[in-house]
Amino acid sequence: MSSTYPDDLRYSKEHEWVRADGSQATIGITGFAADELGDIVFVELPEPGTRLQQFGTFGVIESVKAVSDLYAPVSGEVVEINEALRDQPELVNDDPYGEGWIVKVSLSDGAELDQLMDAATYGESTAG
Amino acid sequence: MSVAERAGTVADASGRGAAFASPSAGEAATVVEPLIFEASAPGRRAVRFPQPSERARRVATGQPDLPAGSLRATAPRLPEVSELDLLRHFNRLSQLNHAIDLGFYPLGSCTMKYNPKVNEWAAALPGFAASHPVDPAASSQGSLELEWLLGELLREISGFAAVSLQPAAGAHGELTGMLMTRAYHRANGQGETRTRVLVPDSAHGTNPATASMVGYETVTIRSNERGGIDLDALRATLDERTAALMITNPSTLGIFEDQIDAVLSAVHEVGAIAYMDGANLNAILGRFRPGEAGFDVMHFNLHKTFSTPHGGGGPGAGPVGVGERLVPFLPGPQPILAEGDPDTVRRNAWAGRSTPGARFALEEPGSRPESIGRVRMHTGNFGMFVRAYTYIRSNGGAGLRAVSDDAVLAANYLRVRLADAYDLPYDRICKHEVVFSGRRQKRANGVTTLDIAKAILDHGIHPPTIYFPLIVEEALMIEPTETESLETLDRFVEAMHEIADRAGSDPGSLRRAPVTTPVGRLDEAGAARRPDLRHAFGETGAE
Repeated sequence: MSSTYPDDLRYSKEHEWVRADGSQATIGITGFAADELGDIVFVELPEPGTRLQQFGTFGVIESVKAVSDLYAPVSGEVVEINEALRDQPELVNDDPYGEGWIVKVSLSDGAELDQLMDAATYGESTAG
Repeated sequence: MSVAERAGTVADASGRGAAFASPSAGEAATVVEPLIFEASAPGRRAVRFPQPSERARRVATGQPDLPAGSLRATAPRLPEVSELDLLRHFNRLSQLNHAIDLGFYPLGSCTMKYNPKVNEWAAALPGFAASHPVDPAASSQGSLELEWLLGELLREISGFAAVSLQPAAGAHGELTGMLMTRAYHRANGQGETRTRVLVPDSAHGTNPATASMVGYETVTIRSNERGGIDLDALRATLDERTAALMITNPSTLGIFEDQIDAVLSAVHEVGAIAYMDGANLNAILGRFRPGEAGFDVMHFNLHKTFSTPHGGGGPGAGPVGVGERLVPFLPGPQPILAEGDPDTVRRNAWAGRSTPGARFALEEPGSRPESIGRVRMHTGNFGMFVRAYTYIRSNGGAGLRAVSDDAVLAANYLRVRLADAYDLPYDRICKHEVVFSGRRQKRANGVTTLDIAKAILDHGIHPPTIYFPLIVEEALMIEPTETESLETLDRFVEAMHEIADRAGSDPGSLRRAPVTTPVGRLDEAGAARRPDLRHAFGETGAE
């Protein structure tokens, strides 16, 4: 399962990705994480307006195998959540970088992105 | 006849009804057994009740008491079947299931080890079975005596100063233990300052959940490369903010914490409480007494170690044992020996005699002002106490030690016999369970641990626990328990070798497994994402 990781994203060691677009950022989990978790059956999303702390937990993702915390790769305030996941949690498996996004936040500190990995580094960290 | 053929016969005989789909195989839905609703016909009855009294009739029709909003407009559509059809339906369903009374079940004591039938004999004795929890002490002396004696046996087995039988399950025992921990720190004026509970990553998931429920912050301690607690990490984290360390010992890796003395000293040095999750006690009976070692509190799972049934989520029993410093905080009321000499009563009881003049009672409310109070109505799940008491007494001290020794021997036998076929992330002598990893099969053949588990079903064996503990990739956690013969263990080894071979030669067949069971690979994700739990009664079924 040699996933390739989109070059325009930044990655955390907890297997979340961030797509920064100006002061806003979209967050999801990586294809590697989705594969490891297996079929996702439930995503517990934060309320819009929730303030996320970088590397703090912000939700829960449940698969047929396990229940895991979601970790925020960046700090910020939740401006939008992916409502589609309530009925179709499988979007996270099917399209982790697209329709399977989880939350959008307004970035508190763009410099935090520098603490995350680029695609190549993340790819190396998951090669086992 | 194979299971599949038998299932086919059942389906043909029933001729209609509910279906389990087998979506991964893409086959037509297979009828296994109709729902009881589909076997229903208006007016059929298994039981005919006598005419109710006028008062009962009024209650049943809600005339005197129930507000109008609480009354149904239409009667519930309960199934209507004869007693014989009812019996056949549930007997057929039970034959579609796998149970420890039918075959090997290496989920072990974690789910349910073998429950000797003598336990059921004892629990069915009318004096126990027909007793009522609000009977006065004078007419419940036998039940109170059994509870007191069970507490004494658990004290002896664990080395703790005192035991409460009240908690209804393991996690409830944990909660009780942590409530006592909080009460202890509060009594010492440290309730505000001790805010953290340390939990190793090899602990049961209920441990951090319990700590959170009591209001503590959980701090995870990583395991070292040998699967034990990283002592340096522990020492670096322990301080005056620590309320307790909660450890599962043996851990979920099936490994006994061999630095336990150092762990306990470090915890006590900072004034924290040492909690042991006793869920894995089946490995250490007669070999290790946690209370004597220095733990302050532990829960027992009577429904695991002491072989009481807990199918379908209940009832369990999770008594807690405590060291001297937590005794004042124990839940109450406790069953006590109100009159009589404890040594004499115990000696007589172990010799099968009662003691003339001995009197048992429940503590007077308020007699221990520091008690955390009741955690369960009455004295707990009494039927479980009778079974656990019977198990302990019928085995005796030497027998219980043999239980653990055999459980450990069986797990280590499998560890050695299967080590060539499956990866062993922590390759060392284990206790009652051994944790393999299916990562070799996943990497080389694209066969997951789930596929391996499903293929085990085709050997007539229930799969072991999979994907737990979380710290092992593609985990396969095998707990054979003490009751399996060498021949059964060898059959399991053969099955696991056959599956490992087939992972190389024909991995596709494993991905399609199981093929001999009444239903094939179920759509687990679909069942969780879109559960369909209601029966559609057809056009008139709207409620």
